[in-house]
Amino acid sequence: MAVNRMFRTCPTTGLRIHQPAESLIWANAVAAVVFLLVGGILALLVTLTRWQAVHLLPADWFYLVLTGHGLNMLVFWIIFFEIAVLYFAGSTLLGCRLATPKLGWVGFGLMLVGALMNNYAVFIRQDSSVMFTSYAPMQAHWSFYLGLILFAVGALIGCFIFLGTLVIGKAERTYNGSIPLVTFGGLTACIIAIFTIASGAVILIPTFMWSIGLVGHIDSLMYRQVWWAFGHSSQQINVSAQVAVWYAVAAIVFGAKPMSEKVSRTAFLLYILFITIASAHHLLVDPGLTSNWKILNTSYAFYLAVLASMVHGLTVPGSIEVAQRGKGFTRGLFEWLRKAPWSNPAFSGVFMSIIGFGFLGGISGVIIGTEQLNLILHNTIYVPGHFHATVVIGTTLAFMAVTYFVIPVVFRRELMFPGMAKWQPYVFAAGMTMVALFMMGAGTLGVPRRHWDITFSGNPLGFEFPGTAFLMMALMAIGGLLAIVGGAMYILVTVCSVFLGKRIETPGFHLVRAREGVARPPVAPVAGALTGHGAGTHAWSAPGTFSLALVFLVSFVLYYFINWKYLSTVWPLK
Amino acid sequence: MSAIQPPSNRLWWKEPIERVEVTWIVVAFIWCLFLFFMMPYWHVFGKQNLANEAYRTSPDRFTAKTEEMVAKYRVREEVGLNDEKIPVVRPPAGADVYLIARLWKWWPILELEEGQSYRLHLMSLDWLHGFSLQPENINIQIHPNYEHILTVQPTRAGTYNIVCNEYCGINHHQMVSKLYVVAKK
Repeated sequence: MAVNRMFRTCPTTGLRIHQPAESLIWANAVAAVVFLLVGGILALLVTLTRWQAVHLLPADWFYLVLTGHGLNMLVFWIIFFEIAVLYFAGSTLLGCRLATPKLGWVGFGLMLVGALMNNYAVFIRQDSSVMFTSYAPMQAHWSFYLGLILFAVGALIGCFIFLGTLVIGKAERTYNGSIPLVTFGGLTACIIAIFTIASGAVILIPTFMWSIGLVGHIDSLMYRQVWWAFGHSSQQINVSAQVAVWYAVAAIVFGAKPMSEKVSRTAFLLYILFITIASAHHLLVDPGLTSNWKILNTSYAFYLAVLASMVHGLTVPGSIEVAQRGKGFTRGLFEWLRKAPWSNPAFSGVFMSIIGFGFLGGISGVIIGTEQLNLILHNTIYVPGHFHATVVIGTTLAFMAVTYFVIPVVFRRELMFPGMAKWQPYVFAAGMTMVALFMMGAGTLGVPRRHWDITFSGNPLGFEFPGTAFLMMALMAIGGLLAIVGGAMYILVTVCSVFLGKRIETPGFHLVRAREGVARPPVAPVAGALTGHGAGTHAWSAPGTFSLALVFLVSFVLYYFINWKYLSTVWPLK
Repeated sequence: MSAIQPPSNRLWWKEPIERVEVTWIVVAFIWCLFLFFMMPYWHVFGKQNLANEAYRTSPDRFTAKTEEMVAKYRVREEVGLNDEKIPVVRPPAGADVYLIARLWKWWPILELEEGQSYRLHLMSLDWLHGFSLQPENINIQIHPNYEHILTVQPTRAGTYNIVCNEYCGINHHQMVSKLYVVAKK
C-alpha cells in the first residue's frame, strides 16, 4: 500500500504538516465544533429552564435536553477536539507522517456514528433521558449505550494512531532527542484515555447487554464505581490535553520554553499514576465502602494529582514570565503580565483558562472531593458549578484559544471577524465564571442539581428555598446567557473562517516528501547549551508568578477551612 | 527550545530545577499532605462522619422493617402529593429509624427529638435516590439493595425537608418530604 508522505511546510512556524493528518485534524475539529453548537443550543434551553422565573421547558423535555447537553458537550465536543489535538501533537509537532490515516477515518466514522446513534436515542426515541451518568438501574434504550461504545472504540483507534505516529517519528528520525513537552502532554492524555475507555468498556458493555435482556441485574454501587473510573478519568484526559494546550500556546505566542522539562514532565506523569483511583470522589457518601478506601482513593494517594495541577499552574505562567522578562518587561512584579498581548485571543483565552481552572475549578474540586466535606455538597448544584469551572473555563476555553492558532496555521484560512475573536474569550470567560460561582453559591444553600423545579410543583411537603437561592439561580442563568453569546461568537468566527475565510497562499508554500523532512543527525550537546537553558541562570526567575501562586494558596487555605467550619455546624453524624 | 519542540538539551533530566519551582513544589506538597491528613483527623476529632455500616438486603425485607416501625410508633398522618396520606412516626430516642426512598416519595415522615441520637436506616426500593436534608444541607446517596445505617443527632428543633437530589426520572422534582425535630420535653 502506498504511503502518502507528502508534507507542506508552514512558512511562519516552520512546522511540517502531513497532508492526511491535516484532513483528519480538520474533520475532527469541525465535528467537535458542530457538537459544541448542538450542546450550546441545549445549554440555552437548560439555562432558561433552571432560571425559575422563566422555567421554559416542561419537565420531560428538561431532563431530555439536560441529558443531551451533558453528552454532546462533555463527550462529543471535547473528545472530537482531543483527537484533533492528539493528531496535531503527534504528527505536526514531530514533523512526522500520521500512522494509518485510513484507519483514522474509520475511527472518525465510528465516533460520528456513535455520537449520532446516542443522540438518536435521546432526541428521536426520547426514551433515554438518563443523564450523562446513566446510573443503573435506570435504563436507557440499547442504542444509547451502543452509541457510546462505538464512539469509544473510534476514540481508541485515534489513541493508537497517535501512539503509532510516535513510533514512526522515532523510526524515521523526524526529530532529535525526546518528544516535545506538548506531545508528552498529549501522550499523557492518550494513556489516560486508553485506561478510561477500557473502564468504559467494562461498564458499558454489560449495561448494553442488560438493556437488550442478556444480563439480568446491574448492581447500582458497582455501576457507580466502575462508571466513574470512566467518567472521572475522562476528565483527566481533558486536564492533560488542556495543560498541553497551555504549554503550546505559551510556546507559540511567547516562544516560552518550559522552566524545566523535568518538573513539567514529572507532573504529567503524576496524572497518569494517580488517576486510576479517581472514581472514589463520586462515592464519598455512598453506602458499602469503607472510609479507609474512600480516603486513600479520593486523595489520589495523598493528592499527588492535585500537586501536578498546582505545578503546571506555576510553570506555565512562569515560563511566560521568564520569556517576557527576557524581552525586557522587567519592571516590578507584573509588567510582564500587563504588557502581555491581551488582544490576542489565543493568549487571553489560555490565561483565563489557567486562572479559572485553578481558582474556581481546582479549589472547589478539592473541597467536594474531601470525604467529610462532600456531605454538605454532594449532588447539589455546587457540583456542576465545579465542573463548569474545570471543563468549560479550563478545557473548553483552552481549546477555543488554540483554535485561533490552528485556523491560520493548519487550515490556512485567515481569521474572519478578528474584532469579535478578540473579545470572544472575555465574554465566554465572564459568563462562565458567573455560571460557576453562582452555581456553587446556590449549592451551598442546598439547591439540587438535575432538578426541574425547586418549588417542587405544588407538593404540600415541599421545601421553601431561601430567596437568595432563587437569586443565585437567576444570576447563574444571566451568566449562562452571556457564556452562550461567547460560545456563539466562537462558533461564528471558527465556522466562517474555516469555510469562508480567505485562503492563506504563501510564497514559501511547498510540498516535501517525508524523507526530505527527516531531522538532521543529532549534534552532541555542547557545554554551553546547558547554561543557556533556564536553570541556574535566573536566581528567582518568576517572582510575579510565584506571588500569584501564593495568592492562590492563601485563597485555597481560607476557603478550605471555611468549608470545615460550615461542616462542623451541621448535625453530628456517625 | 520551546514546549512544541524537542528539548534542546538532550539530557534534560540532568538539568537543575529552578529555585522558584522547587520552592512551590515543597509548599504545595506540604499542603497536599495536610489535605490528606485532615480526613483521618476529622474521623477522630470531628463530629460529622459517615459510619461504615451498610448491609445488602432486599426491598421486601426493608419494607417489612419499615412497616413494623410505622405500626409501632405512628402518631398521626399528613397529606402529601395527590392527597396521599403519609404516616408520621415518632420513634423513641436511640431507636432504629427506617426511611424508604422510592419513585417518587419518601416514606414515612419522621419526627425526632432534639439532642437525641437515632440509628437512621436508608434504602431505595427501586432506583438511585439522594437524601438531601434541608436547610441543614446533609446529602447522602441512596442505593437499592444497600441498607445504609448512620447515627444522626438533630441539634435544633424545627421543620426540615428531605429533598431527592439524585435524578430519578420524570417526577424527580416532586420527591420531597418533611422531617420534624421537636424540642426536648
